[in-house]
Amino acid sequence: MAVTGLILIGYLLAHMYGNLKIFAGAEAFNEYAHHLRALGEPLLPHTGALWIIRVVLLISVLGHMYAAFNLWSRAHKARGGTRRYYSHKSRTGVQRTYASFTLRWGGVVILLFVIYHLLHLTWNIIHPGGAAAEPYDRVVNGFQIWSVVLAYTIAMIAVGFHVRHGTWSALTTLGANTSSLARRRLNVLAYAVAGLVTVGFLLPPFAILFGFVS
Amino acid sequence: MNVTLRVWRQANGRAKGKMAIYRVNDISEDMSFLEMLDVLNERLTLQGDDPIAFDSDCREGICGMCGLVINGVAHGPQQTTTCQLHMRSFSDGDVIDVEPWRADPFPVIKDLVVDRSAFDRIIQAGGYISAPTGTAPDAHATPVPKRDADRAFDAATCISCGACVAACPNGSAMLFTAAKITHLGLLPQGQPERYSRVVGMVAQHDAEGFGGCTNIGECTAVCPKAIPFETISRLNRDLISALTHGGSHWPRAAPKGETEVDEED
Repeated sequence: MAVTGLILIGYLLAHMYGNLKIFAGAEAFNEYAHHLRALGEPLLPHTGALWIIRVVLLISVLGHMYAAFNLWSRAHKARGGTRRYYSHKSRTGVQRTYASFTLRWGGVVILLFVIYHLLHLTWNIIHPGGAAAEPYDRVVNGFQIWSVVLAYTIAMIAVGFHVRHGTWSALTTLGANTSSLARRRLNVLAYAVAGLVTVGFLLPPFAILFGFVS
Repeated sequence: MNVTLRVWRQANGRAKGKMAIYRVNDISEDMSFLEMLDVLNERLTLQGDDPIAFDSDCREGICGMCGLVINGVAHGPQQTTTCQLHMRSFSDGDVIDVEPWRADPFPVIKDLVVDRSAFDRIIQAGGYISAPTGTAPDAHATPVPKRDADRAFDAATCISCGACVAACPNGSAMLFTAAKITHLGLLPQGQPERYSRVVGMVAQHDAEGFGGCTNIGECTAVCPKAIPFETISRLNRDLISALTHGGSHWPRAAPKGETEVDEED
């Protein structure tokens, strides 16, 4: 769970960096997208590096889902089913974060979003706003529609909560929470990464929706 | 003060339980929660009813026997044991929900009493040191840095009450297990078995049916002994070290429900 999660967070940060290239203009953005396919040449074949990344990501996602299902089923059994305490006076727990509540269902939301996102911008099977050959045009066409921006916003907020608890939890599982000071720092780091990812991914869609990028 | 209790009543492990409502009048706010239950039980006994079964022993917060989920929180609104919780933490006229620890590895024996021998088996799987018996060694024969001694003692204060499990949304006993790993792993006497201990105890923890830790932290919020959260990271570090350097000689979990009994006892 922890290792695959950190790989996926690393990918998110790299993906976000690529997205922000949209502010450098159509040429830079398209050039970046094409360069990803040429990455590692001539040592690797064309799109070789991209395929390595895709395979690592696929393994990470499947491993992450397997671990999540395993943890959920163990927890379900250990709690003795869905209904644990009859008292409803402590539904929000004593001190747990909201992010920790959203982890499992939030993960399902993110999975559904990733499928939609791949259909939209990677495979270009569905193309709201009109089909286009160049990546820049696809992005601009798609995000001029408010409902598309809304769907991406909901997904990115889910990702933000997921990354907030995930960053902290992954590093703790790997042994980084060594003192109360370390705990405070890990939580600050988790909020920072979550905020960076959420804002960084939402900047391009909103910039397009409000016409700053066209 | 007068309170209304909604108490879990269950005749035995196989029976189906339900919440029962009792009025308790004229109690002092200086009574402990258990004393308030004693008052109710005296009345129930005089009426010829079955008194409410609950665990308690020392009643001074150090044995770990008493443990009730009060209003959905393990040990109730104060971060202490149930015996050290006083009725002044509640208001006149309150409706108070009282339930047993809920976890699959902690089956209910009767009413509010649960069987916590799963904890004993986790301790048997490695929560000890091997030391030669005989005359006691000199106190200063094995120096321990003050910082390590303090942190080991913080972890050693665990009284095995099980509140961590009752509070954990995953039903995990990781804080309990980690407290013992930290207590023994920080001290020189615990070094020879440090890595086989963590592998054995975690394997037994999982075999008992406790859930996995997802670092939510509800355990530390209800722990009456304030076992620090960082014990869990320490357990994880030892476990990662053991598994990356380990081999086939690591201990395996004993079957659930079989407590080894030393025949000489």
